[in-house]
Amino acid sequence: MNRLVSFRSKSRISTISCSSSFYARILGNSIDASRTRSPANASDSLATLSRCSSLVPARTLTGSSLFGFRNRSTASWSNLTGHEGSQDFARRFCSDAAAERESMEYDVVIVGAGPAGLSAAIRLKQLCGEKGVDLSVCVVEKGAEVGAHIISGNVFEPRALDELLPEWKKEEAPISVSVSSDKFWFLTKDRAFSLPSPFDNKNNYVISLSQLVRWMGSKAEEYGVEIYPGFAASEILCDDNGSVIGIGTNDMGVAKNGSKKENFQRGVALKGRVTLFAEGCRGSLSEKIIKKYHLREKRNAQHQTYALGIKEVWEIDESKHQPGAVIHTLGWPLDQKTYGGSFLYHMSERQVAIGLVVALNYKNPYLSPYEEFQKLKHHPAIKPILEDGTVIQYGARTLNEGGIQSVPYPVFPGGAIIGCSAGFLNVPKIKGTHTAMKSGMLAAEAAFGTLLEGSNLDSYWTTLQNSWVWEELHKAHNYRPAFDHGFIPGMAISAVEHYLFRGKSPFTLKHGKPDHEATNVARSHSPIEYPKPDGVLSFDVPTSLHRSNTNHDHDQPAHLKLRDPEIPTQLNLPEYDGPESRYCPARVYEYVPEESGQLKLQINAQNCLHCKACDIKDPKQNIEWTVPEGGGGPGYSVM
Amino acid sequence: MKIMVAVKRVIDYAVKIRVKADKSGVETQNVKMSMNPFCEIALEEALRIKEAGLASEVVAVTMGPKQSIDTLRTGLAMGADRGIHVEATGDLFPLAVAKLFKALVEIEKPGLIILGKQAIDNDCNQTGQMVAGLLGWPQGTFASKVVLDKEKQEVMVDREVDGGLETVCLNLPAVITTDLRLNQPRYATLPNIMKAKSKPVKKYTPEELNVAMKSDLEVVEVTEPPKRKAGVLVSSVDELIDKLKNEAHVI
Repeated sequence: MNRLVSFRSKSRISTISCSSSFYARILGNSIDASRTRSPANASDSLATLSRCSSLVPARTLTGSSLFGFRNRSTASWSNLTGHEGSQDFARRFCSDAAAERESMEYDVVIVGAGPAGLSAAIRLKQLCGEKGVDLSVCVVEKGAEVGAHIISGNVFEPRALDELLPEWKKEEAPISVSVSSDKFWFLTKDRAFSLPSPFDNKNNYVISLSQLVRWMGSKAEEYGVEIYPGFAASEILCDDNGSVIGIGTNDMGVAKNGSKKENFQRGVALKGRVTLFAEGCRGSLSEKIIKKYHLREKRNAQHQTYALGIKEVWEIDESKHQPGAVIHTLGWPLDQKTYGGSFLYHMSERQVAIGLVVALNYKNPYLSPYEEFQKLKHHPAIKPILEDGTVIQYGARTLNEGGIQSVPYPVFPGGAIIGCSAGFLNVPKIKGTHTAMKSGMLAAEAAFGTLLEGSNLDSYWTTLQNSWVWEELHKAHNYRPAFDHGFIPGMAISAVEHYLFRGKSPFTLKHGKPDHEATNVARSHSPIEYPKPDGVLSFDVPTSLHRSNTNHDHDQPAHLKLRDPEIPTQLNLPEYDGPESRYCPARVYEYVPEESGQLKLQINAQNCLHCKACDIKDPKQNIEWTVPEGGGGPGYSVM
Repeated sequence: MKIMVAVKRVIDYAVKIRVKADKSGVETQNVKMSMNPFCEIALEEALRIKEAGLASEVVAVTMGPKQSIDTLRTGLAMGADRGIHVEATGDLFPLAVAKLFKALVEIEKPGLIILGKQAIDNDCNQTGQMVAGLLGWPQGTFASKVVLDKEKQEVMVDREVDGGLETVCLNLPAVITTDLRLNQPRYATLPNIMKAKSKPVKKYTPEELNVAMKSDLEVVEVTEPPKRKAGVLVSSVDELIDKLKNEAHVI
């Protein structure tokens, strides 16, 4: 369906918009073309050609009110002044967009088709509809399909969805299982002690976030959003003033040694007047943006802290299935010094989601979150639920635990950061979907004002602080840092926060050391003997990995880059006994003996689940997670 | 000359397959689907022939339910000029597909038909051969190299056979089925994906093509292969022989 919309506004923008529902060579969610709202009329070949032509922008902007945009047609890499003087850094950060690749231009480019990104896209189109204007919105997604890289518990609070798409029930959103019971257990090796549940999940639902995001993707397309799965945003594009003007997608068809294969395709430059980064926790481009524009310093934010969540979806015996039952546990198998807990949610159709979340500031380098998860499933209170069941999918992802203290200033010249890339997860509630969605909606509203009325994008920050997101995060802000003082103090302070201060505590606890600095050296701990998998409840990594449907074309450069290739064998192995070989839930990192007998780090990049744990936990921050060729990575569908 | 390429929507090759609880088939709900890898290779070959100037048009054909249009659009994004979607629900066995193909060939009159050697869901390896049989056309299957000679109106095909490579020379019009080593399919670029949406897709139903869809085949049961049992270490050759004879009953 195409639409040729020309509209005159104060900024004198004429917009050509094509709405499409197409994907890369690996396709997923299909949308019946007849469901898109715009009527088909004008032929679009001319429009398409002008949009896809390189170098010549489809439209010119007049007025300089939008954060310093001037010469948009010359997107040469910026000579950054001020913050980082080094030209090398500038070259690494911003890329020369114009030179040798095609560029496509949009009003808004959104990186990541997750809850935040899609909420922003939908909200933008809704505002367009309300005001009778049109903006072209493009969402790029590195997963092969919308939802392929989405994994979450998930007990869903529909607050933001009610605001965004109030008819979600009528429109058959995959939200059907209401929370029916809410249990909270403290586990020891053999027993489970019931504790009063700190959660209030009365009006919430047990869902598969991957399914919900797929549904949101189809809704976004109905609104005319262009979504392109299978394309990874790998570079940030800047203009001469250092303002972000869009992103560049990965070159495809590059061989492992860097040479071009016969199906080599140069990446495309996607230019946006506003660029929103919605890459999820520890987004690779978002982290660069935060560093470059000093966004944490800008509001005196603390560093971000993280946890690694490892999850499986099981199909269990009918008799054991209680749709809507929600269980959270604390304690075993994690020790008092390691923060974390498990969850077990009964979904629809005999499926249960079970997972273990381990805070990444754990001290023992011999800890393996994956193996702890395997242990958990053998607990006498959990084993009976899973017995006779089969695992359908497996996956892992890191999540934010920093709360309000760690949220960076989310606006930069050219765009904003939304969702978990900024970090709005409410840790005591263990919910981040609703706040991510709301942040996307607020950013969309700010971007709309910027594009149509020339207002400042910083209004996003203002509306965020005035919204229920901030109120919630403020109430939650001391729970997690309290546990840095130990389990008992943590529980004590949490109780005080919850029952006494009721979220209005006058003080703000700070986080401890950054996660990567928290690891102790190996000699102060002893190796942990983990039990062998039994193949029924617990499994080895390759078996689990197979269930994640993860894959990457093997003949491509490894996307996990070592800043210093010597550090693994010079430091990680002797000092910390190679913790990456234990915390990675996909066995990407292995120390294998060479011919000489010396151990060397082998990176099995093909296994990667895109969880980002290595980027976070590597003691010297030597591992950099960069985005591989689009379309690779896990294939989550019910996670 | 027009080239017709068959593309099929199948479960993505990287997905872990599960059998449905009622054993009627494989679970396809919430499962990622993609174009059959051999069909990608077939389409790539057709596009290369067209880019070499030896063909005027590449038409991608798919048969299946409504969602198969996605696969067609991928084909268009890769570079096919037009798409044909034969909308048919239910199991589509190779003979029915071949009959539908024959009906389409009578309408479109292509000079070359390229298909993947087999689909990765049913592994039949029959459709291409049946199409050639129904049309009475020569066939070059398991192609690892295709060289078209426009003037002589013939095509040389290197076939991967058990004994090695066999080269056959086919008069056009002909049917070719592709094997893995023929080429490396191209990626669909973003601009091509956008251009693809304006490319025409014609829809047909089996009734319109006068093909009866009744099948002589019926899937009775689908089960998982038996789980591999752990191996047993034997301590001597005698013990091995004893086990082979008395436990495994193979000698």
